[in-house]
Amino acid sequence: MTQAETGTVAAPPVWVDRTPRSVHRLRAVTNLVVIGACVLAACLVVLPLVLIMGYLLANGVAGLNLAFFTHMPKPVGEAGGGMANAIVGTLLVVGTAALMALPLGIAAGVYLAEYGRGRFSTLVRYTTDVLSGVPSIVVGVVAYGLVVVPMGRFSGLAGSVALAILMLPPIIRATEEMVRLVPQSYRQAALALGAPRWKTTQQIVLPAAKAGIVTAGMLAVARAAGETAPLLFTALGNRFWSLRMDQPIATLPVFIYDYAKAPYTDWNRQAWTGALVLVLIVTVISLLLRLTVRRVRDR
Amino acid sequence: MDGMYRGALAAAAAVVFIIVALIVIEITHGSLQSIRTLGWGFLVQTQWDPVADHYGALPYLYGTLVSSLLALVLAVPLGLGSAVFLTELAKGRTAAIVSFVMELLAAIPSIVYGIWGFFVLAPFLRTTLEPWLIANFGYLPLFRGVPFGIGMLNAGIVLAIMIIPTIVSISREVLLAIPRSLREASLALGATRAEALGVTLDAAKPGILGSIVLALGRALGETMAVTMVIGNTNRISASLLDPSATMASVIANEFTEATGALYLSALIQIALVLFAVTIIVNALARSLVWLTTGGRRDVAGAT
Repeated sequence: MTQAETGTVAAPPVWVDRTPRSVHRLRAVTNLVVIGACVLAACLVVLPLVLIMGYLLANGVAGLNLAFFTHMPKPVGEAGGGMANAIVGTLLVVGTAALMALPLGIAAGVYLAEYGRGRFSTLVRYTTDVLSGVPSIVVGVVAYGLVVVPMGRFSGLAGSVALAILMLPPIIRATEEMVRLVPQSYRQAALALGAPRWKTTQQIVLPAAKAGIVTAGMLAVARAAGETAPLLFTALGNRFWSLRMDQPIATLPVFIYDYAKAPYTDWNRQAWTGALVLVLIVTVISLLLRLTVRRVRDR
Repeated sequence: MDGMYRGALAAAAAVVFIIVALIVIEITHGSLQSIRTLGWGFLVQTQWDPVADHYGALPYLYGTLVSSLLALVLAVPLGLGSAVFLTELAKGRTAAIVSFVMELLAAIPSIVYGIWGFFVLAPFLRTTLEPWLIANFGYLPLFRGVPFGIGMLNAGIVLAIMIIPTIVSISREVLLAIPRSLREASLALGATRAEALGVTLDAAKPGILGSIVLALGRALGETMAVTMVIGNTNRISASLLDPSATMASVIANEFTEATGALYLSALIQIALVLFAVTIIVNALARSLVWLTTGGRRDVAGAT
């Protein structure tokens, strides 16, 4: 007789948990420990930022006044004074670097986004990644050999060359990403209307990607403005007012370094203020830009 | 016209080759004199004496290696834990705050870390942590000596803070790239969250390793913060409390003061070695990350 005929159904096999209870308890405890450790790690990771920002504000705000931006550094022993020359010097050096890196980087990024399928492009991408991994101090050594040695003296220009090399990889990468975001239909529409390829890129794709490219480019520039190592033996530094790019020029990061190393409490205090200003310039600007970039990307 | 436009753009793209070539040529050319005079024995000799015009770079290689490894030991558990926290545990606002903090930490200039390490961390280490380490673990060669505050330990801690954002942001992307179905299947089979996490982590292993190696690359080349807190002493010591120096810090400190041609050339040779090491480390890291994320450029390129 089969089951259907008798009308009875065999009971499904009952699974009995034979695992000792201690194993279950161990698993539950392990689970809690692992999760707890992850939460703890996240808390510990936030701590340094609080400490660094806290000390930066506590030590830097006192010296933050108008004179810091408008006055020249005072000789040792005289209170007051500012870093006007270093702030202007940083703007000059970083600005010149941006003039060199932005056109090149954007053009390269557009190439990768619009034509970047072949082996050449893969090689360009790989080389860009390699370039972004070169330590900034090594770039400083290279700029020293390329510009300082032939010119026979340290100069703002040498510093700009070093910073431009450092800016290039992030600009290329960001431009490629931003141009890729332009919908394919834009290109198809332009091409269908009979526009040649270059006109499509230049007049349709690039304007559409402009906002993203500009913010991403600024981001790379802002980051480079905080670099110290490549300027130590290129722009060198200068205690006097100088706008000449073929001469040694003061920059904010190098000034902060020199003032922090100096054995004078007053200088150390000014180094803190300088650091605060640098963080305000670099960190806050780059953060705002990042948020903008993200908004562009998510749209 | 089309061809010209494309050609102009391609020329701009080719500039990256020229730059990398210039870097290689420049530092190789600059170190020729040192390579000829000192040979590669340069790398295993410990004496660095500008007065006698004799140079050996081993203490700097050692300092770079140990400070970076110390930073990894401190940063990897914290960074990995935070990445897991961000992808698996945190929701909404909490995750947003932690990611925001990571971005801020990554955007702070290195010199600012240096000032903090020099004026805040060093006194704390000198008066509190290092005496405690000596009292309790002084029998280990690692913690023997005098509490200076400035030294290998300080450099390791500062470096760890600086590389944590790299580990967190890339591990996080890697973890997000692992299919959800993997952890859902584990959970459905009755695994605890920690056990499901183990499965995910196992699949993400190459990518996570990549993020760690990328962080190592950053630590090896980091200059300003380390220069300010490591003490710049040319000696090899087993103790983490002792001052030391790294390849990057010796270049930063001595380059402008290098009067002799051989002295300068020796410093450039150190730059050459540092360049070679970071290139190898970075190439390795990028291959590992590409392996797990399928070459998504935004991930592989994130630093």
